[in-house]
Amino acid sequence: MKLFLKVWKQDGPENEGRFESHVLDGVSEDSSFLEMLDQLNEQLLNEGKEPIAFDHDCREGICGTCSLNINGFAHGPENSTTTCQLHMRKFEDGDTITIEPFRAKAFPVVKDLVVNRSAFDKIIQAGGFITVRTGSAPDGNALPVPKKDADLAMDAAQCIGCGACVASCKNASAMLFTSAKAGHLNMLPQGQAEKDSRVLNMVAAMDEAGFGNCRNYGECSAACPKDISLDYIAKLNRDYAKAKVKKVFS
Amino acid sequence: MGWSLALSHLVDLLALRTFKSIHLMNLDSKIPEGPLPDKWENHRFSSKLVNPANKRKFNIIVVGSGLAGGSAAATLGELGYNVDCFCYQDTPRRAHSIAAQGGINGAKNYQNDGDSVHRLFYDTIKGGDFRSREANVHRLAQNSVNIIDQCVAQGVPFAREYGGLLANRSFGGAQVSRTFYARGQTGQQLLLGAYSALSRQIASGQVKMHVRQEMLDLIVIDGHAKGIITRNLATGELKVWTADAVLLCTGGYGNVYYLSTNAIGCNVTATFRAYRRGAGFANPCFTQIHPTCIPVSGDHQSKLTLMSESLRNDGRVWVPKNAEDCGKAPSEIPEDARDYYLERKYPSFGNLAPRDISSRSAKEACDEGRGVGPGGRGVYLDFGDSINRLGENTIRERYGNLFEMYERITGENAYQRPMRIYPAIHYTMGGLWVDYNLMSSIPGCFVLGEANFSDHGANRLGASALMQGLSDGYFVIPYTIGNYLTTISPGGIDPEGEAARETLESVKQRVSQMVSAKGKRSSRSYHKELGQIMWEYAGMARNEPGLKKAIGQIQDLRDDFNKNLLVTGHGEELNMELERSGRVRDFLDFGELLCRDALDRNESCGGHFREEFQTEDGEATRNDDDFAHAAVWEFKGDGETPARHEEDLKFEEVKLAVRSYK
Repeated sequence: MKLFLKVWKQDGPENEGRFESHVLDGVSEDSSFLEMLDQLNEQLLNEGKEPIAFDHDCREGICGTCSLNINGFAHGPENSTTTCQLHMRKFEDGDTITIEPFRAKAFPVVKDLVVNRSAFDKIIQAGGFITVRTGSAPDGNALPVPKKDADLAMDAAQCIGCGACVASCKNASAMLFTSAKAGHLNMLPQGQAEKDSRVLNMVAAMDEAGFGNCRNYGECSAACPKDISLDYIAKLNRDYAKAKVKKVFS
Repeated sequence: MGWSLALSHLVDLLALRTFKSIHLMNLDSKIPEGPLPDKWENHRFSSKLVNPANKRKFNIIVVGSGLAGGSAAATLGELGYNVDCFCYQDTPRRAHSIAAQGGINGAKNYQNDGDSVHRLFYDTIKGGDFRSREANVHRLAQNSVNIIDQCVAQGVPFAREYGGLLANRSFGGAQVSRTFYARGQTGQQLLLGAYSALSRQIASGQVKMHVRQEMLDLIVIDGHAKGIITRNLATGELKVWTADAVLLCTGGYGNVYYLSTNAIGCNVTATFRAYRRGAGFANPCFTQIHPTCIPVSGDHQSKLTLMSESLRNDGRVWVPKNAEDCGKAPSEIPEDARDYYLERKYPSFGNLAPRDISSRSAKEACDEGRGVGPGGRGVYLDFGDSINRLGENTIRERYGNLFEMYERITGENAYQRPMRIYPAIHYTMGGLWVDYNLMSSIPGCFVLGEANFSDHGANRLGASALMQGLSDGYFVIPYTIGNYLTTISPGGIDPEGEAARETLESVKQRVSQMVSAKGKRSSRSYHKELGQIMWEYAGMARNEPGLKKAIGQIQDLRDDFNKNLLVTGHGEELNMELERSGRVRDFLDFGELLCRDALDRNESCGGHFREEFQTEDGEATRNDDDFAHAAVWEFKGDGETPARHEEDLKFEEVKLAVRSYK
């Protein structure tokens, strides 16, 4: 395949960015999108030019490191797929492809296509855990968890923390991420003791990190490579309201 | 007369001291006394405790934030130590433990099918082909029970039965069902559990997290590990960090083969740099090849993707009986023209034969010209029977995400036609030598998880890596680190002292050499070439002439790398070419060490298969008389041959037996 690539170049967080155009020939349909970028970088290197920086690691769709807005879509046009799992057979020979970093105020660009998503860590640190010291756990079967609840918790827990939800939202809201993380723990019996403080603290951390508000557009869930459902946002809103009310009356 | 005797004694003593410091590595395993089941209990009791008020005086560096590093950093933080945790990723939640799919073993015997701590211990020792320490493995099996409890309490959403209790599945190398799982994403869920515990400690200030920081060297002062040098990957800044102990939890070295199931960033630099500073490297030739990976599709390939071994519970492995059928669509090959070779050769374990055996059988079938798919390097993993028996929905529920992943990568629907799989490098059992306390031969430098050598011998059983990482981090190091810390006084390390300065200087030099070489070849091209050499001569089957050839070729490649490497940009910025170059540079040295170890181990065991040592029907032949030991390599200087030491393995509980899965 021969491709025409428009790629975002930005030297550092404080620099202004620009698009650069490249032509890349001889791309295999079986290669992944990131392998196509590897090929471009080898070409640039051989021409004595600086390669394009992009984040990636496991390349099997689970670590959540890869990102990229591809032709305007977070992780590209294929549903339920991370960029590393997107394969070039989904494109046509001669296509022009525009590649940008995830764009959000809370995700500043580090360089080129690399962004800083540490705001997500702040949200988890605020309450995305169950307080349990190592060694203090009861037997694993002491607390039965109905299969349905365990499955719903797992649906939420599948979130890979990539940030596609934020990058796809007009408001750059992190509600889908936060609701998946809080929802996973709030649905399990183990998570009940800290349920209220968890939602209050995580939402506060989310707001503080500079993410926008949720207006229920639903782009987040459509872009999510793990298909996290909007239901979790509804659950977060419900849990948040309850926790707020309880706080007022306590 | 008296004087001269005393003098000659003194001379002897001095000579011996010098001899010792140069030639003898301290390989005292410190295995506790007592009967095997009591060793860990006894050791915990006799281990030194650090007074709670004193814990906060100790600074501990944890390198890596996977299951081992994340759980260790969180737990040491909970105990009150000051912890600095480092990872090269942009957040600790992305370490490659996250990619483990199938599950984690725990000797809970919830299935009432005859499991016990002793059985898990025995399966692991046997699975490792009798090349691991009994005491370590037994401790691992004991801790496995606590790990499940801990993870459940953290909210890890393990699979459940309808009654709400924990579900189990079977895994290779075991005849009981003891594997706990969270769909096909068990590693992810366990890592997120450890990450949540770590996040709680970060929020409390007890752990300071340093992301996008890569360890490039170990600082050793008066023979003790006292810190590390890191490069900030976002800015290029090189920095000295000092501490009272350093924990390396930096994973395995599978990427020395270029193509592996490891994440692209996985590397050997941290452990290899510790080796260069005096830590023994044990059994580097013990590498594991995973039987169920998606086959290579072309030259563009940057990594191989694993399909969980749990698939072998319901999938049947076969190739055509006749090589002429290989080009046909699988549906056109009738039942009696298929060779279900694992079921045929290993009737009692069948498709669940251990990884090394399954991998080698796949290679044999392909070597005979009966492989399928591009290049004839693939075998079928067929779910047809299971779908007929259980229905497509059940299979979808069990493995849905794996089938989707397979379709994304290959463009094929595995509900309708069998998957094509082939073995790939997956895990490395070798690693830095550690004693029972997980301390390397450098006092104060501890090694946890895949980075150490201790528990899996020559072959790791499925669902045991997660178990080991978490056992080391949650339940071993918190007890054993006290044995070291109580022998030193905390703090007082000068980050600008001589040793720290020299180490920093050597790192600076190394970085600037790579940037200034300004040659013609990219680090990736060297890495690819190294990988080809390794896979060809030190892959699934090895032999003496091949390994010798590989060592020569690697040396030549390294010389070329030093002269002809091309890195653009400079060191004081985010520079991914430079990052990769540093990793490849260490892989070039390390690959040679791996081949050397494989060459000197004149036997076949587990993942190490030497063609010279096999039975008539192609089974591995161990040599217990000469090789029932861990080979521990000591660095002797650049261009020097490293020294090979041995730690004899003593088997008091199990009888060394031919590992049979027939």
